[in-house]
Amino acid sequence: MTKKKIGPSDIEAVARLARLGLSAEEKEKFGRQLNDVLLYMEKLDGLPLEGVEPLSHVLPLQNVMRDDTPRPGLEQKQALANAPEKRDGFFKVPPVIE
Amino acid sequence: MNAKLNELTARETAGLVARREISALEVAEACLSRIAAVEPLVGSFLRVDGEGARAMAADLDRRLAAGEEPGPLCGVPVALKDLLCVKGWEVTCGSKILKGFFSPYDATVVRKLRAAGAVFLGQTNMDEFAMGSSTENSGYQITRNPWDLDRVPGGSSGGSAAAVAAAEAPVALGSDTGGSIRQPAAFCGVAGMKPTYGRVSRYGLVAYASSLDQIGPFARDVGDVALLLEAISGHDPLDSTSAPIPVPAYRDSLGREIAGMKLGVPRQCFAAGLEEGVERAFRESLEIFRGLGAEIIEIDLPRIPHSVACYYIISTAEASSNLARFDGVQYGYRSPAGENLVEMYEATRRDGFGEEVKRRILLGTYVLSSGYYDAYYARALQARRLIKDDFDKAFERCECVLMPTSPTTAFEIGSRIADPLRMYLSDLFTIAVNLAGLPAISITGGFDASGLPVGIQVIAPPFEEEKIIRTASAFEAGAGFQDRKPVLSVPPAAAPGPS
Repeated sequence: MTKKKIGPSDIEAVARLARLGLSAEEKEKFGRQLNDVLLYMEKLDGLPLEGVEPLSHVLPLQNVMRDDTPRPGLEQKQALANAPEKRDGFFKVPPVIE
Repeated sequence: MNAKLNELTARETAGLVARREISALEVAEACLSRIAAVEPLVGSFLRVDGEGARAMAADLDRRLAAGEEPGPLCGVPVALKDLLCVKGWEVTCGSKILKGFFSPYDATVVRKLRAAGAVFLGQTNMDEFAMGSSTENSGYQITRNPWDLDRVPGGSSGGSAAAVAAAEAPVALGSDTGGSIRQPAAFCGVAGMKPTYGRVSRYGLVAYASSLDQIGPFARDVGDVALLLEAISGHDPLDSTSAPIPVPAYRDSLGREIAGMKLGVPRQCFAAGLEEGVERAFRESLEIFRGLGAEIIEIDLPRIPHSVACYYIISTAEASSNLARFDGVQYGYRSPAGENLVEMYEATRRDGFGEEVKRRILLGTYVLSSGYYDAYYARALQARRLIKDDFDKAFERCECVLMPTSPTTAFEIGSRIADPLRMYLSDLFTIAVNLAGLPAISITGGFDASGLPVGIQVIAPPFEEEKIIRTASAFEAGAGFQDRKPVLSVPPAAAPGPS
């Protein structure tokens, strides 16, 4: 399997998905470095993976349930205490809709 | 005696304080004096809470005087990695993006340490969001290795390792996602353990890669590792990945023989480009194990060379998701730039995150993105299964696996930071253990020609930390390397003063 090398337009697309602003220098530098890393990742192509069950979690735990009973949590004032901006008991953010 | 109280083991301190032969306050003062003296050289701590430590210690002394039953960590000063939530403390995870975040609650391990009678000294430096192997990625400062101040302490828990090595604290907590406890322990010549995935609750740990992260102890010997591990382990309803398995008395595994024990050494570890001093010390450590009556057998972990690729796909994928929460809305830094919500997110994350964190978010987002998911992430999960299978098979033939902790000793500050891939490759021996969810300790197995400590790992099957404690403590008793300490020449200008 051949993997497309990552270029400036890929970096821009990925940065957009990650909501991450990047400078022009960062785009160039990260593009180069990620390309090296992705080429290294091709090492996995050497493994026979056909039919191998993916391992997403090492513990045999599944669907940990608890009783549906209320317990104390953070109060509104505590939850808002670290907010950069707040108003009337809400987190305040810049306009969402243009 | 006061000048040496910071050099006592946690076991000694807890005993002396419990019997009220010394006060918790004296011990705290000794550590705070040592911190004031050596911090200008080492830089282990991001924040020292002298006032809080004195208050905790004095309160403990009062309660003991009133007849309260002493806890197992009675009066033991502890340094905490800056990613564990402590109620009322600023917690930044080594990142500018969390500057000004004050935790509204205690992490479960913090709550357990309080209940055990520990005294909190402050928070230790780390690679931002635990991403790094040198602590050079901290958003605030570098930390220097107490054995050689021109070298890194390792990472990401470099501050915790350096604090223990420099006798600023007898014990510390760190976290280990791909070696972030064991590698700095190796570089700084202390003991550091990553428990089994699920052994210790992560509630209140700032998450990096949730299928790999685990909290664990640093100490100057294995006995103190056992003491701390016992105090922080156990099931927690607040962490659905914590295992409902009883916690053994780990200290009962100390001082026992290992004659007849089978220890496996993977043939792959010699093929991986070990530094000469590391290979020599590791081979000599195998002789020490043999001298203690253990049987060393060669084992095969054929897929271990694929661990680095597997790990940097899985961990960055999980990180890209976990770090989505840092967006300038609920806590931490918010950029004043941006006309709308999305622009604010992008500017906040651009200014708030450091370079390595951005690199890993980009890589993780890429491997999860449409069109690449199957080629990278799905394949990495399959490779992870094979790596775990290798260990399962090995443990049919031996009780513990031995490996070097890192292919090198501590490297020079600045020497690797420009080459991320090379930095990633240095994690080869530690990350396979996280991928398989196993417990492992790093202890000092010898020294290289320039006197730098060489770490060796003892790895056991899941939830068999007792075997690790037993094997590592027998080695310590036989080798005595834990008694060798770095010498810091404290300049007169940095002599203890008001902090």
